[in-house]
Amino acid sequence: MYQVLKEVGLDLERANQIAGFHTNNKQKIGVPFAAVFLINFLDVCYQEKELNQRLKRLYPAVNEQETPLPRSWSPKDKFSYIGLSQNNLRVHYKGHGKTPKDAASVRATHPIPAACGVYYFEVKIISKGRDGYMGIGLSAQGVNMNRLPGWDKHSYGYHGDDGHSFCSSGTGQPYGPTFTTGDVIGCCVNLINNTCFYTKNGHSLGIAFTDLPPNLYPTVGLQTPGEVVDANFGQHPFVFDIEDYMREWRTKIQAQIDRFPIGEREGEWQAMIQKMVASYLVHHSYCATAEAFAKSTDQAVHEELASIKNRQKIQKLVLSGRMGEAIETTQQLYPSLLERNQDLLFMLKVRQFIEMVNGTDSEVRCLGGRSPKSQDSYPGSPRLFNSPVHKASSSQTYQTEQNNAEVEMELDHFSNGVSESSSNGFLNGSSTHGIDLEECDGDMVDSAQSKRQLCGGSQAAIERMIQFGRELQSMSEHLRRERGKNSANKKMLKDAFSLLAYSDPWSSPVGYQLDSIQREPVCSTLNSAILETHNLPKQPPLALSVGQAAQCLSLMARTGSGSCAFASVDDYLH
Amino acid sequence: MMACLLEAPLRISVLSEVTATSRHYVDRLFDPDPQNVLQGVIDMKNAVIGNNKQKANLIVLGAVPRLLYLLQQSSSSLELRTECAVVLGSLAMGTENNIKSLVDCHIIPALLQGLLCSDLIFIEACLRCLRTIFISPVTPVQLLYTDPTVIPHIMSLLSRSQHTQEYITQIFAHCCKTPEHQMVLFNHGAIQNIAPLLISPSYKVRMQALKCFSVLAYENAQVSMTLVNVLVDGEQLSQVFARMMQRDKPIEMQLTAAKCLTYMCRAGAIRTDDNCIILKTLPCLVRMCSKERLLEERVEGAETLAFLMEPDIELQRIASVTDHLVSMLADYFKYPSSVSAITDIKRLDHDLKHAHELRQAAFKLYASLGSNDEDIRKKITETENMMDRIVSGLSESSIKVRLAAVRCLHSLSRSVQQLRTSFHDHAVWKPLMKLLQNAPDEVLVMASSTLCNLLLEFSPSKEPILESGVIELLCSLTQSDSPALRVNGIWALMNMAFQADQKVKVEIVRALGTEQLFRLLSDPDTNVLMKTLGLLRNLLSTRPHIDQIMSSHGKQIMQAVTLILEGEHSIEVKEQTLCILANIADGNTAKELIMTNDDMLQKIKYYMGHSNVKLQLAATFCISNLIWNEEDGSQERQDKLREMGFVDILHKLTQASDPSLCDRAKTAMQQYLA
Repeated sequence: MYQVLKEVGLDLERANQIAGFHTNNKQKIGVPFAAVFLINFLDVCYQEKELNQRLKRLYPAVNEQETPLPRSWSPKDKFSYIGLSQNNLRVHYKGHGKTPKDAASVRATHPIPAACGVYYFEVKIISKGRDGYMGIGLSAQGVNMNRLPGWDKHSYGYHGDDGHSFCSSGTGQPYGPTFTTGDVIGCCVNLINNTCFYTKNGHSLGIAFTDLPPNLYPTVGLQTPGEVVDANFGQHPFVFDIEDYMREWRTKIQAQIDRFPIGEREGEWQAMIQKMVASYLVHHSYCATAEAFAKSTDQAVHEELASIKNRQKIQKLVLSGRMGEAIETTQQLYPSLLERNQDLLFMLKVRQFIEMVNGTDSEVRCLGGRSPKSQDSYPGSPRLFNSPVHKASSSQTYQTEQNNAEVEMELDHFSNGVSESSSNGFLNGSSTHGIDLEECDGDMVDSAQSKRQLCGGSQAAIERMIQFGRELQSMSEHLRRERGKNSANKKMLKDAFSLLAYSDPWSSPVGYQLDSIQREPVCSTLNSAILETHNLPKQPPLALSVGQAAQCLSLMARTGSGSCAFASVDDYLH
Repeated sequence: MMACLLEAPLRISVLSEVTATSRHYVDRLFDPDPQNVLQGVIDMKNAVIGNNKQKANLIVLGAVPRLLYLLQQSSSSLELRTECAVVLGSLAMGTENNIKSLVDCHIIPALLQGLLCSDLIFIEACLRCLRTIFISPVTPVQLLYTDPTVIPHIMSLLSRSQHTQEYITQIFAHCCKTPEHQMVLFNHGAIQNIAPLLISPSYKVRMQALKCFSVLAYENAQVSMTLVNVLVDGEQLSQVFARMMQRDKPIEMQLTAAKCLTYMCRAGAIRTDDNCIILKTLPCLVRMCSKERLLEERVEGAETLAFLMEPDIELQRIASVTDHLVSMLADYFKYPSSVSAITDIKRLDHDLKHAHELRQAAFKLYASLGSNDEDIRKKITETENMMDRIVSGLSESSIKVRLAAVRCLHSLSRSVQQLRTSFHDHAVWKPLMKLLQNAPDEVLVMASSTLCNLLLEFSPSKEPILESGVIELLCSLTQSDSPALRVNGIWALMNMAFQADQKVKVEIVRALGTEQLFRLLSDPDTNVLMKTLGLLRNLLSTRPHIDQIMSSHGKQIMQAVTLILEGEHSIEVKEQTLCILANIADGNTAKELIMTNDDMLQKIKYYMGHSNVKLQLAATFCISNLIWNEEDGSQERQDKLREMGFVDILHKLTQASDPSLCDRAKTAMQQYLA
């Protein structure tokens, strides 16, 4: 117990509060009782924490928003002869237990998600009761609970009294040894080949069932008085080494992917990959790299070099937070683009406002703001992958996932040093192409991180920002009159203005907007819009295929193909 | 040039095949300009790669001695010497005949000598060639141990590079075949030197190091005990091995790591109830038996598993329920499968090659599984066609299969129930008897041991076996040079004589002959002596039989009994002998043989006062039979024995602390009171 207390040490205070142990009523509750109560409570907290950690480790591919994992027995989905206790993990029999008609079962709260790939739970026999007629297994929703698992259609069980397995039938097949008080029985569902095997005290007993249907629930059934069993859905370490079994299947699936035939003519495969890489480079306007790559792989580039360079110039401006210049340049180079696309213009302007607050936009910077260079620290990829943007509504998820991938790919290039000569001028601060970003730089490079001040701290800049805000407000009203309500625009503006409500916007709840990461989606939206006007794809095929692969995997999870568990796209993006 | 031509062996038939180009390569090795020689060797290297015919040609043309000469010459440049070693290594990669020719040219000492050079590249080339030669089955491994300085030097080369590590560990893994080899390597620090290689970044090095440990630890307690205490990077070796058995590791690695742990466990270095055995090694080996594995892996897996659990009933019980092992093994008998015969000749060939190995491995594993637990035996005999498979296994041409089949049968024959049912139903005694006719000793030992069980009194096979003329066969076994066979022969006779008809007993005595019987009573093997006494005791049961046998062989038997009671023998032997005496005392006429022998009576008296209760009990039993009331002449015997002071002793024994001795003495005393 000491260890447990130590582990949750931080939660102690909170626990005290919740459990109601204030100093004034300490004396009313007997100390031993209080201690037991507290310890139980801490135990539960600790268990909960361990459970979540273990489930996350075992089933990383499961999206619990969509398909929650079983964590306990369901008090709603059971026969009346079943009693639950200990956080719905302990099951006991409370019927007469005279005939098989008195059998009773309980299902877990949720079915087993296919994205587990391999799912496992264990049941410890606390007492075999009178006759030990216990069944451990699986059943589909709606299967009669006044029965032991295995007796009915879509129900499967392994019974303790005779060691037989019951596959949707009243008569069992010889399967394994019998089990009784003290034994730990495990049930493993392989959602890749739809089989199931059991374990007894950590030893695999071999396949029991094949051709299992999807969406089965962990189920136990009891039949005579005194029978008590405890479930372990991951609250405790398992007796059987399930992770070792999962390792084997992960290796199998990955070998299957590695060995997947890629067509007979290898040259075609190679040419296709080269095309994808080239189009990706062009899309993100890494013109020198794209040029060099196209040359060495003997390909034609489908966009004029000048056009690529233009886009590159604009992207650099956006990514360095110089929105005013970015908008201006876009208007110069693509005169009709923003005129025709007012929402895009609005978005750019809102971003400009944010950059003003940040003190990075050129308009305020020239009024005494600070150098854009200080904001140049390029975001690291792991953060990007977890950034909250990607958890938008479901219709947007797809899009943002792809943005994700794009950024990731870009970073790859930088870290490989492939494109050091050109496209990442804003990273190195020594651009050979495009406009000179250094023109307005002051000497305040280092001050930025320590003293973050509104609009860089200049009064003139603040005034300009306020004025710009008013213009933005009126543009928003104008847009609403012209084109009706647009909740996205409204929210965008509201969030941006909210920054002014805090003395330190950077550490405020809306401060994330100031993060340079937020420039990424703006940049790629603008880039895509420009490309669209040239009848070029909004997204590079490479990002599209990465996005498609990710989408495929989530589709597999939904349609019950367990192998998606061991084929994360991330694993292949290193 | 001329010299070279003369040196070439003139074998017409071969010469006709030798092409002019091959000859040209050899000629260049004799060029006076070292630079040309070097270029010649390099060209030769490029020419022989992957070309077995070219390799054979060059060997026939005498390239080997010249290459060896160049390699050993200190005047040769290092580059040349290295290239020579590379070409020789390439030649060794060819057929077994190539290896033989190279070994005949004394390549091994030359290469071992080369290892003394300081240049790493050259050393690696030599080791690589040595490796190729030593892993060939045609190379005598002893050649590695001829020069005692070689092993320590090779050991010191382990630190040089990943390549030296790979080659050296591979050589050790192949050349450690006897306990002597194990000790040589062990004494030169093999364990300390190789253990760190288990975490080498190179898979090949890790794998070969692992193999080294498996051959070093096999049936070697000293090595195994040392291994458990070795730490690799702060981790116990058993943990390192356990990690190598993880299911995502290559099968070869899992299997070899499981072998290491098995050998350490069998050598007593790891307990059988250790988690790394019970939860890791055993399940890993069971997985190796599954249908998904290659045939070779399944054979090795089953054999290793059989070895692991042979002495431990708990492991047998766990294995018997793990992954349907018992029925999984039934699949071992289905090669070549009927499908492979039709569809795929290559597959058929492969299946055929492994069919025997698979069957014998399965029999071995069944034997091990069923050696202690009655439920498991039942499960095995209930496996599809199991008894038929054993019966046909007993008469297979492969001796390995026959041996394994009889081992399996022996293991199952320990079951009373199986003896009564399946053994009789399948008339297993028939092929067993046939097997006993002329088989090598190891098969005979197992078969006769099984026969012992089949001759147990309750076995329904006993009758038909008797009728098949088994007695002569068993008697001949008692004359074998092998103690194990003598024991089994006499043991079987003993079982046969238990509660047997007079006819059978007479037949046994006749066939064995008293001379042989008494020879066995002085056998140096205690087991043989014990079983012979057991046979005598079984022969001397029921009064008429006792009297009949004693009337014809009484003198010799009494002599033998005297000899044993006077000799230096264990308590068990003497107890058995006193029991025989007690049986004799139960006869009607046979009694007199004791009563008239005062010396013998004194001996009985002595043993009644012995410090060992068992001997006291047997001796008292004997006296009790002599003074038994209802028989003729009991009064005279009682009187005589009273005179000799037996009553006093009996009286004393009624106070004995041992309850059964006390009872026995009281019963005897009652004979006087009646």
